[in-house]
Amino acid sequence: MNVGVVTFPGSNCDADFRRAIDRVEGLRAVALWHKDTDLSGVDAVVLPGGFSYGDYLRCGAIARFSPMMQSVARFAAQGRPVLGVCNGFQILCEAHLLPGVLMQNRDLSFLCKDVTILVERTDTPWTRGLANKLVLPIAHGDGNWQADDETVKRIEGDGQVVFRYQSNPNGARNDVAGLCNAARNVVGLMPHPERAVDPLLGGTDGLGFLTSLVEVLA
Amino acid sequence: MITAEQLKKHKLTAGEYGHARDVLGREASLTELGVLSVMWSEHCSYKSSRKHLARLPTTGPRVVIGPGENAGVVDVGDGWCVCFKMESHNHPSFIEPRQGAATGVGGILRDVFTMGARPIAALNSLRFGRPEHPKTRHLVDGVVSGIGGYGNCFGVPTVGGEVVFDASYDGNCLVNAFVVGTMKRDAIFLGLATGIGNPVIYVGARTGRDGIHGATMASDEFSDKKAVERPTVQVGDPFQEKLLLEACLELMRSDAIVGIQDMGAAGLTSSSVEMAGRAGNGLLLELDKVPLREEGMTPYELLLSESQERMLIVAKQGREEDVRKIFDKWDLQAVVIGRVTDDGIWRCTWHGEEVCALPVPLLTDEAPKYDRPQARPDWQDAVQVLPTVTAGDASADLLALIGSPDHCSREWIWSRYDHQVGAATVIRPGSDAAVVRMHDTTKAIALTVDGNSRHVYLDPVQGGMGVIAEGARNLACVGAVAVGATDNLNFGNPERPAIMWQIANAIDGLAAGCRALDVPIVSGNVSLYNETDGNAILPTPTVAMVGLIEGELPAIGARLGRAGLEVAVIGALPTHGVGGSSWLARVHGLLRGKPPTVDLVAEKALHTALIKLVREGLVEVAHDSADGGVALALAEICLPLRSDASVGLVGELPGSGDRTARLFGEDHGRVVIAYDRHQAPAIDAVLAGIPRTVVGISGGSRLTLTDAGAPVIDVAIDALTARWRDAMPTYLAGDPWPV
Amino acid sequence: MKVRVFVGLKPGVLDPAGEAVKGGLHHLGYPDVASVRCGKFFDLDVADGPDAEARVAKMADQLLANPVIESFRVEVLP
Repeated sequence: MNVGVVTFPGSNCDADFRRAIDRVEGLRAVALWHKDTDLSGVDAVVLPGGFSYGDYLRCGAIARFSPMMQSVARFAAQGRPVLGVCNGFQILCEAHLLPGVLMQNRDLSFLCKDVTILVERTDTPWTRGLANKLVLPIAHGDGNWQADDETVKRIEGDGQVVFRYQSNPNGARNDVAGLCNAARNVVGLMPHPERAVDPLLGGTDGLGFLTSLVEVLA
Repeated sequence: MITAEQLKKHKLTAGEYGHARDVLGREASLTELGVLSVMWSEHCSYKSSRKHLARLPTTGPRVVIGPGENAGVVDVGDGWCVCFKMESHNHPSFIEPRQGAATGVGGILRDVFTMGARPIAALNSLRFGRPEHPKTRHLVDGVVSGIGGYGNCFGVPTVGGEVVFDASYDGNCLVNAFVVGTMKRDAIFLGLATGIGNPVIYVGARTGRDGIHGATMASDEFSDKKAVERPTVQVGDPFQEKLLLEACLELMRSDAIVGIQDMGAAGLTSSSVEMAGRAGNGLLLELDKVPLREEGMTPYELLLSESQERMLIVAKQGREEDVRKIFDKWDLQAVVIGRVTDDGIWRCTWHGEEVCALPVPLLTDEAPKYDRPQARPDWQDAVQVLPTVTAGDASADLLALIGSPDHCSREWIWSRYDHQVGAATVIRPGSDAAVVRMHDTTKAIALTVDGNSRHVYLDPVQGGMGVIAEGARNLACVGAVAVGATDNLNFGNPERPAIMWQIANAIDGLAAGCRALDVPIVSGNVSLYNETDGNAILPTPTVAMVGLIEGELPAIGARLGRAGLEVAVIGALPTHGVGGSSWLARVHGLLRGKPPTVDLVAEKALHTALIKLVREGLVEVAHDSADGGVALALAEICLPLRSDASVGLVGELPGSGDRTARLFGEDHGRVVIAYDRHQAPAIDAVLAGIPRTVVGISGGSRLTLTDAGAPVIDVAIDALTARWRDAMPTYLAGDPWPV
Repeated sequence: MKVRVFVGLKPGVLDPAGEAVKGGLHHLGYPDVASVRCGKFFDLDVADGPDAEARVAKMADQLLANPVIESFRVEVLP
């Protein structure tokens, strides 16, 4: 099965993600370019981390208008699996494929460390079979998820919170570390699963995202 | 006619200009004077240091490219190379800490990827003034956010570094940035302008008035009244640089180019001159074709501009369109601005009119070179005398030391750096050396950056040797063999004989260390004139060293993590006293005495044995014990780090003689290790005569050391942890440094 | 009195954010945008007084703007 990884100008976790995908039996990484539009050869799409367009205006604000994102929006609307990590999560929110926005961290500074997240949903294509607690690295300056009361109420009622921080590192409302859309096929999170796929590099808790996909696509 | 006033403004002496005039057979134009001033600046020409740098060993069986190119290259086997360099951005960082540090990182990244290497890790060595100095907090905050802001966005993990606070840096902070990249041996690119008629192509960002005269400013002392004359600060754009990286690496795979070079200090001028110089050719540049960001710029300004994120390429004739297509894909411009010529003259035209015509050798090899007078400072003997200090309560001293600006946790700094992008960081910041795996190989590299300006100040030769010994020892602690190093020599005004003496002697020390430990210096940088109103910084040579780990990665830590491990010190236990120690500085406020001497033969034997111990999995913990002494090293291995919990230690202070020296003296050639005690015989077999002195067994929640039965140190690990962990965050939140 | 302090990069200083936004606008189909410069503003409510504007300017110079690369303008709000 082919998993497309989109490279935007300024993406810097795209190669890491492709390597992580290629470690998993049954999956093959396909590099996708932001100026292209063709998704016919892929079974799932990943929007990787980085600083698309430098994140200068708002994180993800410019990348969402790329030709590839128009295709990703259609792909998502067909109910097919889309995962956004870090900057990818920010892009999904800016593109309104996921609710809310990611604001500057509570302490106003970039933060790179391991965090423990609690897995609240295992019925998405990316979270099937995940343990209820994962240790994953975060590395972001804008991971503080915020939404208005009504949105928070709706997504909490609808069970769209997929991951919560055990100890909130960035001020995110309701400790939200990751979300899915109402249809459950689009998932976004701030921690980096692709950095936790090797025991020598600080754990393998990120592998489950990809093995879940193998199961779902089989 | 060039006036004395103009020469003074361009920091050229009458003698220097006279030489240029003789060679040219005419007066230089003002534009040419600007070019001469930057090419002959200390920063570009190394005119005060070149003679002495020649004493550093720069060759070895692994060295592919030594000093003189954009960065050094070392072969690590199986067709793979590592490419690295360290460079300072001291003066710009003092003026505008965030942008100064950011553009320092940007510049060193370009130096590495212009060679064809993909950057895989960054480190930095920082020096700030006293914490209580009114500018210090602002500088720390700005420099750290600049380094992080650039590296994080570009996507290079910042995996380590060092930071020191001392009053001598009150008016001159130091920001030395290091980057290492990897490439295949057959894919190295050089800054060469070969092939007569080949097009010279300008790529990347447009040129503005940024940092004009940055290269001459870097050779300038600060004085408070000069604040108004400061040039336009360069602003870094890491996003643009990331695009430039990808476009350049893609271009290099295309076979369309013959040479490429970063436009760093002195911008278009130095990059084009150096490319022509290395190839022995001339160049013709049509300056009016350079993409400009600002209106009304003159040839003088655009030649001296230090706008960031620009590169100069010499392509193969007829391949211009291929270059343009690749840069187009990455939304970057590529403009032909000139061609390679055969007359050895560096010519520039402006709308058809010649504005510069200077022989290339005049600007490169024939640049001034000085053997400046040296004199051992008249205060040197006096500072080497150690006054009598009364030893106080060792537990209290240890707490003071571990919470001091020298030794407290640096997590506040490194948590702001993405140290994991690239998904290859095996040992993260906070240990003796960082370890980063090389993708697509079975290799990993270990990285450390070190400098001990207190030792160098008190004895430049021993201090210089010590820097090399410490670097190689840090690498050995993670099981890596040192394969090369890059140095950054930060000193005061070389026109003062005392400073020149420090430079020459420190280089002798570095050279001796490198020779004895087989570590060639393959690249480097010199930053002089680090003075404010006549007060020089402590002499600060910093060295970043690269080690190689082949095959399976050893499981080694810098923390005990669990109870029941035997803890020992390996290496001889002489005491050279507390001269130059952190204890003396932090507890007694003294910078005095003779620093420890370095036994390079013993050092080499220790490293070889230690690497074997780590590689064979005989030890679980290895930690250098020099800086802060054995007491501090023993305390540090008890502290928590990420998933490692804190663990206590009960034992006996090793060695005999003066107790304070044994606790806090900073002798080289010793490492603290911890291991399962059943491994002791196997460890001794590897050590083959190198002493192993058992301290005690890990466990409990206190660090307790006795000396011949008498209690010496007894302190709760929680108390140590609190002092260590809270100091920097407290200070940076705006409070005084906690004591 | 209410004042608004506008802070922006000095002319000639590279504005990476402005450049990125300009590129984004071009991609979106606005090729006629020749230049974008980003800045920010601060709304302050300060005590009335003859030197209020001068004091705000001093505040801007000391803290709100980074005088090495930024300039500022103070506007009194109605």
